[in-house]
This record gives sequence, C-alpha cells and structure tokens, in this order.
Amino acid sequence: MIRNSASEMASKLASGEITSVELTQAHLDRIQAVDTDVHAFLYVDTEGALTQAAAVDAKRKSGEKLSPLAGVPLALKDVMTQKGIPTTCGSKILEGWRPPYDSTVVTNLKKNDIVILGKTNMDEFAMGSSTENSAYGPTHNPWDLTRIPGGSGGGSAASLAAFEAPLAIGTDTGGSIRQPAAVTGTVGVKPTYGGVSRFGLVAFSSSLDQAGPCARTVLDAALLHEAIAGHDPKDSTSINAPVPAVVAAAKSGDVKGMKIGVVKELNGDGYQPGVRKRFEESLELLAAAGAEIVEVSAPNFEYALAAYYLIAPSECSSNLARFDAMRYGLRVGDSDGASAESVMNLTREVGFGREVKRRIILGTYALSSGYYDAYYGSAQKVRTLITQDFNKAFEIADVLVSPTCPTTAFKIGEKANDPLAMYLNDIATIPVNMAGIGGMSLPSGVADEDGLPVGFQIMSPVMKDERMYSVGASLEAALLSKWGAPLLSKIPALAGGQ
Amino acid sequence: MTSLSRDDVAKLAGLARIEMSDEELVALSNEFTVILDAVARVQEVASADVEATSHPLPLRNVFRPDVVAPSLTPAEALSGAPAQEEQRFRVPQILGEE
Amino acid sequence: MTLTYDDVVAKYEPVLGLEVHVELNTHSKMFCSCSTIFGAEPNTQTCPVCLALPGALPTVNEKAIESTIKIGLALNCSIAPFSRFARKNYFYPDMPKNFQISQYDEPICVNGYVDVEIETDEGPQTFRIEVERVHMEEDTGKSLHVGGATGRIHGAEYSLLDYNRAGIPLVEIVTKIVPGTGKYAPEVARAYVAELRDILRSLGVSDVKMEQGSLRCDANVSLRLIGSDVLGTRSETKNVNSLRSVERAVRGEMIRHAELLNNGERVVQETRHFQEDTGLTRSGRSKEQAEDYRYFPEPDLVPVAPDAAWIETLRASLPERPSIHRKRLQEQWSVPDKEMSAMINADVLDVVEATVALGADPAKARGWWLGEISRISNEKDVAIKELGISAADVAEIVALVNAGELTDKLARQVVEGVIAGEGKPAEVIAARGIKVVNDDSELMAAIERACAAQPETAQKVRDGHVPAAGALIGAIMKETKGQADAARVRELLLGHLGQGSN
Ligand SMILES: [Zn+2]
Repeated sequence: MIRNSASEMASKLASGEITSVELTQAHLDRIQAVDTDVHAFLYVDTEGALTQAAAVDAKRKSGEKLSPLAGVPLALKDVMTQKGIPTTCGSKILEGWRPPYDSTVVTNLKKNDIVILGKTNMDEFAMGSSTENSAYGPTHNPWDLTRIPGGSGGGSAASLAAFEAPLAIGTDTGGSIRQPAAVTGTVGVKPTYGGVSRFGLVAFSSSLDQAGPCARTVLDAALLHEAIAGHDPKDSTSINAPVPAVVAAAKSGDVKGMKIGVVKELNGDGYQPGVRKRFEESLELLAAAGAEIVEVSAPNFEYALAAYYLIAPSECSSNLARFDAMRYGLRVGDSDGASAESVMNLTREVGFGREVKRRIILGTYALSSGYYDAYYGSAQKVRTLITQDFNKAFEIADVLVSPTCPTTAFKIGEKANDPLAMYLNDIATIPVNMAGIGGMSLPSGVADEDGLPVGFQIMSPVMKDERMYSVGASLEAALLSKWGAPLLSKIPALAGGQ
Repeated sequence: MTSLSRDDVAKLAGLARIEMSDEELVALSNEFTVILDAVARVQEVASADVEATSHPLPLRNVFRPDVVAPSLTPAEALSGAPAQEEQRFRVPQILGEE
Repeated sequence: MTLTYDDVVAKYEPVLGLEVHVELNTHSKMFCSCSTIFGAEPNTQTCPVCLALPGALPTVNEKAIESTIKIGLALNCSIAPFSRFARKNYFYPDMPKNFQISQYDEPICVNGYVDVEIETDEGPQTFRIEVERVHMEEDTGKSLHVGGATGRIHGAEYSLLDYNRAGIPLVEIVTKIVPGTGKYAPEVARAYVAELRDILRSLGVSDVKMEQGSLRCDANVSLRLIGSDVLGTRSETKNVNSLRSVERAVRGEMIRHAELLNNGERVVQETRHFQEDTGLTRSGRSKEQAEDYRYFPEPDLVPVAPDAAWIETLRASLPERPSIHRKRLQEQWSVPDKEMSAMINADVLDVVEATVALGADPAKARGWWLGEISRISNEKDVAIKELGISAADVAEIVALVNAGELTDKLARQVVEGVIAGEGKPAEVIAARGIKVVNDDSELMAAIERACAAQPETAQKVRDGHVPAAGALIGAIMKETKGQADAARVRELLLGHLGQGSN
C-alpha cells in the first residue's frame, strides 16, 4: 500500500478500500522500520497524524465532500512552521522551539485534509546541497545509504524514495527541491516565485525562496501543487492570480507542437557522462511524443552561481539576525553579569553551524558599506541579465530543459570540506530561482556508470507552470512504457523494510 | 585577487554578532580568498547600463487595509521565551545607549 | 568660565538640522494587524510578525502610506513615483528582527519646506525650513531596566521587554541643514516643531503628543565661525520631548559647543541625551565609528508607486494649512493678537472653532474655554480636552444664556455639572433644578423681605447711597439660591427704593 502513488492512495481512500488511519499507520510503521537508517525525519507526529487521519475518515463517513488528496499522508520540511510542532530548520539555535502559528502552506494542507506525518531533515536553514549541514546528522540516500540525498531538502526527497511518505513539501532557494529529487529518483517542483505563500517558511533568502511539492509522480506533484498554491494576503510577494491548471496539464501530458529549448550552457563539460546520456535519451522520447527540440543560448547563466552566492548570503545575513536568544530558541552564556550582546554572540557561535556562519559573514561583507556596489549591487545586475536570457529563450521555446544536476549522488563527506565544489551542484538549478520562474525535476533513469538516479529539469515561464507539468507527464509516461515499471521499483530494499 | 584578513573577518563577525575562535577566523579568512574570487565574477558583466533586479516579480503597491486582527495571547507570544518575568521577555542587561 | 548666549552668537553661526519622528495614529501596526492602542498590558499586542518569529512576513498598512503621502504634500514635498522599503541592519534587543524596516535612498517624499514665523528684534520674521525627506519606518519595543538604582540602563542587572510598541508606524521627517537663523536658532527650532505638530494635527494623522512620545525630535546642532563656510562637527540630541525642551536643547548645545571650541577642544560627533531637569545634554553613543547598517531593499515587500490620481485625491483632502487657518479665524473673529496667542497656547483654538461653528458667538465661546473651563482644567490638573465637556455642550450653554434661560453664574454651575459627569447641560439643569427666577412678583416679595430684614441699609439706599444696595442684592440672591437675574434684581430693588433712574 505504501508503494502506491498518492493519487492511487487517494482513490483507494475515496472508494473506501482503505482508511486514512490505516494508510497513516502503515507509513508510521515504515518510518519506524527504516528511518534509523535513512534519517529522513527530525520529528514524527504519530499522535497528531493519527488524529488528523481519524478526523478525515469521519468526514468521509459522514458524506462530506473532500479534496482530492484528503487522507493522504505527507512529510513536511522542517523549515515550515506548524503550530505546536517543533520546527528547527535543522539548526541547534531553534532546538525545542514550537511555533504558535501555522504557515500558510500548513493551513492549506490542513484545509485539504492532507495528513502531516512529521518534519523532515534538511541542511541547516536550507543552506546546502547534501543535508550534511543538518545539526541533527545527515540524511542517507535510500538508493545507497553511504550517499547524500541532496539538499537542502534531502529529508523530504529521501522520505519519498524510502516509501515513508507519498508526498512531501520542500522549499527551493537554489535547487533545494529539484536537486534532491534528481538524486533520489523522485519528482520535485519549484513553482513560479509567488505561486505558493512564503508565510511561515523560515526565510533563507527571501527573494529566492519558494515552497513546492515533492512526490513520486508528476500527477501527484500537480495535485499537491494545487492544494498548497494560491494568493495569500499575508505574503506581499504572493501573486494575486488564479493557480495555473497544473493537474489538468499533468493528466493530459500533451507535448504535440510544443517547442522544447535545450539550454546550451547547461549541458556540457562538467556533466557526468551517464547524466548526459539519460538527458539525450529523454529528449528523443519527447521528440517522439511530438515536441520540437530546439537549442537556446543563455550566455549569462555562467554568472548565476556567483550572483547566487552573493544574493542568498546577503539576504540570509539579515534574515537570520532574529536568532538572537532574546525571544525564542537557544540561549547560551546567560550567567550573572553577562550582557545581552555577549549572550547573542555566544548563542550564535554555538547555535549556528559552519556553513551558516560562512554565509552570514559572506553576506555581511557583501552588504557592507564600500562593497555593496561591487558585490550585492553587481549580483542584482546579473540577475537582470539572467532574466533577460530567459525572456529571449522563451521567445523561441515554450519550456527549457537541462539535466537537473551535473552528477549523481556523491558520497557523504566527499565534498564537505570544499564549499566551492559543493556549490557547483546547483549550477543548473540556480538560474530558475534568480528569474523567479518555475522548475521541475523528474527522474530520467539511472546513470550507467553508477546505477544512481539522474534528474531531468524542465523550466517554464512565470505563471506558466502548467507547461512543465505537460512536458513532465509526457516524458514520465514515455519512460514508464520503456521501463515497464517506475524507476523507484529498482531501488534496493532497506534493511528495516519488508 | 580579493582577500579578507583574519581581522577583517573578526570585524564582520562582530557586525554579525557571532563569537569566533581565532582558529575559525583564520580558516574563514583562507576560504574567503577562494570564495570571493569566484563570486567577484559578477563584476565582469555588471556594467553601469544594466539595471539591478532586487526582486523577481514586477509587483507594485501591495497593501493591507488598516484593520486590527487578533494578536497572539501573551502566553503564546512568550511561549518560546528563554526567560520571562511580569509578562515580558527577560533578557540580560543591555549595554550601550539608553 | 561659562559663556553667555550673547557671547556665543557674537562669534559663531549655528547650523541646525532637525529630525522629527511621528507615530501615526493608524488602528493597526505598520507591518501587521496588531492593535496600536496606547498603554495596553505588556505583550498583548504582538503577533508572529511584530515578534519576528521565524517565518513571519510583513505586510504594508495602506492607511500609513496615505498618511505619509499627506504629510509629504502638506510639507510641500514631491511624492516619489517609485519608492522602496529597505532593511536597516543592527542588533538591539528592543528590535525583534534585528533590522528595522525603513527607507534608505528611495524615500516616499522629498524636497519640501515649512515656513515659520517668529518674533525678532525687528518684528515678525519668516524663516523657511527646507525638508529633505519624509519616510516610513517602524517603532521599537519598550524595555524596562531592572536592578540598578534609577531604572536606567546603566547598572541594570537585566531588562524586561514589551513588544506592544514594536512595529507602530513611524514617519521620519528630516530637514536639510538650516543655516542663517543666527541667534534665533533655538526659537526657529521650536517654531518649526510647533508648526509641524499643528500641521500633523490638522491632517489627523497622529496624536502628536510629545509627552507620550508620539512626536519626538532629534536636534542636530553645529557651530561655525561667523563668515566661515566650513561646517563644524555636529552633535545629535535625541528625544527632546517638549517644545520648550527643543528650544533649551538647541541653546544648551550651542553654548556647550562654543565653550569647547573656545577652549581649543574638539566637538565629538555623537548622540546626546537631553536632561529635562537640568536642560543640559549627556553624552550617549559616540558616532566616530560610524555604524554600518548594510541597507538593502526589503525583499519581503514590493515597491510603493503611487499614481498621480491617488496623490491628487489625497491632495484634495488636505485641510487648510494651520498658519493660514489661524490668520483667517483671527480676522473673522476680530480677535486681538494677545487673545489669539492665548488660545493657541492653551490649545483651545480647535474647540473654540467648533463651538463657534455650532452657533456660539466667538467672544463668548473663547471666554468660556479660556476662562472658566481653563480654570477648572488647571485646578484639576486635567487637560482641557479630557475634562469631558464638548464644544456642543458649551454652544448649548451659550445659547441658553443668550435666551435668558441661564445667568452667567448659573451657566458656570452647568459647566461644573457637565465636567462632574452629571450629563449634558439639559440633564444638569434638570437634575440640579437650576432655573432663572424671572417672576417679578416673586422677586418683589423677596426684595420686601430683604428690606425689612435690613431697614438701615434700605434707608441708606433711599438716601441716595446706591452702593449700599449690594448687601441687599446679595441677600436676595442668596434667598433665591442664585437663580434670579442679578441685573433684574438690582433694577427692581432700586426702583422700589426710589432710585429707579440709576
Ligand atoms: Zn503584530
């Protein structure tokens, strides 16, 4: 039952074949069995999930009209507030903090009767590409427990691949939904910036952060997308327009006559051969399905990484200033005679991990007087150039595509001491965040050389998210008929699992 | 090549309110030499005629009506407080100006 | 050796700069929907946004933007077609986000001016204060320092924070430097703040209560040698909380700077705190090491770009400028200058105007508010406008006196009753049984009784010694409990005693 897609689970719930309590319990049992190895979860809300599931079952029994995903369980990235449930963002500085309010995403999940199982592991404050930066230890990739599950949302992606949850919420600042999806063989979508409310998403980089759906199929992602998206007056940057019809697009999966642009700069040196091979194969399948493949150029993408590593640290240096030991969270050094300033200094020393401190200092520098124009100011100009590149490319193509990441999952610890090498993981995902457009990663197979999953990225213009769902669903169907079974059916069994 | 000395990093750490050991300051100073070289590439294309984008959406004038909504209860507001007294957040002595 | 003020201005030319912070009187906060009511229990007006809980996001109060644009228009500013919020980053426990949402290089209003008139040796003179910018920001929470001797921050063992005020909308009005005021600098500074206060009040955008901190002034002062064009180092005196203090602070700083300069010492660029008791300033934080606020555009908010139609609608809603309004009233009412100043100083101009608007004669209305009501206000030590008597009450009382239904003396009783909370004038009159005795036969009977009781006095009056009638009138008034019209009593009494021609 746990190996079904969310939509399959939803129809079984609707037909009365299973109850939400049974389904939820099955997932809780699975978590119990395998999470010691995977470590996808930081907190499992057994009681809350079962209570919510029972309530959905009762509503269904009383004949109430329910939303499409009602009763289906979900894993929530620990960067989203949920009232009364610990929210750590993978950081020591928030250990034990229970928010007194729900994020808008959680409000929407509850409205849709989606059962929240618990909170998933992540790189501290979403800064990282491997989940190794979590203060609570790394998450392991279910394909190979010695490897990283991607990051920052490694916990959400791993929970899907390990069948601990059929749906998850991620957040994506530079690839934190799409890169983990790619390396775990799952689907992850970063909607258009402003498509899903950021209220209650603990900010890393406000102008880049976007929450989105993680799932095992394109349709499941679309169903979750529609459940969480929409205008929110509590987020001034939320778009006041109808949610793109992504479910309809995922159901039709029609690419006939669509122009698919291959971004020349995101498919060359530095990309693992197995990654490139799966990418070329996917293009052929899309062409066979009736799409026209064209090449586009985005000359400024090569500056995206540099600009990202100025903009995100700058914004985070300010966003993370609130963690000061005064109103909530960790407090260190509050001895007799200590000053507020020294308590702040000590708490932030102990409470933040190395990567977080590195980025705060970098951002503090990039914003400081005398350097602002050279760094933050210049990075913002690069942002304009990248957006212009996208605009030109979208004049030629309906969607753009690339491999999601240059490589498959690397070993835990392999790049831990080389920040620049780590940053390179996000080279293909970052431009999407810079321009605020939509991006999806879905599995395109495993690399021949290591048997690990490879991701295929689709990018769509602002508020045209339905386009990536059409292309994603088409490719997914073509691959499924080629493979005969979903990619995840090939995943090695976990010791604790059946 | 841009670089940050140990003292530069110490000054930034002060601004960012993070206590750092000498070892950490030196390590960061070394890392920054590499990182800053990489990020400084933005200057290659950031010419004066390019406008800055601070935000991906061209939204304007997003306002909320001046209407009061319920606040948190004081108990909720103070629920995460490391220390509290008289329904207020208790914090260590504040040095500096009045 | 202490310099006299005359010594200072003989040698130095003061250069002023004034920053005024105004708390807007919106119902909800600048960036969240918490209430702004003053004086609530601690931390009852807080939410995830104004406590800076992780994940919370600001939203902009539309009324605050409108108020700011109105202020800009009233101060003759240009309204920027595009302006943005920026984060001002610095750590302080009373500021939950450890950055303040403010505006930096893109404020909403720029380049305005205010003209103020002050009395100089050569008669009234107008000074133009140029306004550099008007921008929006948010207030901080309040800290209570525990331990220490005086509740002050120094020596305190710990502090207690209340975030009810955190996020209250603030507008900052910054002048350009103001040269050329010479020895009148302190008066000009005061007049500017007073004029600003009147303008803000007329706009209805703030309570402008300096004592409650809803209007706060920072005064920047520097001196340069007369004839020199090199600006001196400035000091910034914070939170000067009354008009009188503005004047005193500027004068005090001018003298302090001059003493330092005369002694060959350096003026330190620093923040100073005004001491209400001594009129002196005390050194605060040195600004030698300039704070690096790392301003950058607030990514959680979108730009404010008011269109011309919106601005014109707001412009059309502006009231008459207070100084012009005052001049017009003075002419309409034919009030002498001295009386006009008295009304302004007593802060009753608006209620007098309202009373007149309800039909009262200007002189009568003024008389009540400046006279009896001011007297009671002083006696009770309660602000006139908090006494509980309205313009409508006074207008009603004036009308009753005009109709002969109240005497002045009875009217005072009614005023007293209204202030005592006994109700509206009609209710007070009914409850206290106040009525004018104007039945002549009843009065004649009382007159006869009084004359009979004091035959000698009555005889004196008959003999032509009219002033003696006072004692008889007093007795009659006492007998009628003050409800008789004293003039009518006098007329009847004198007639009765053969002195009718007087
Ligand atoms: Zn609030």
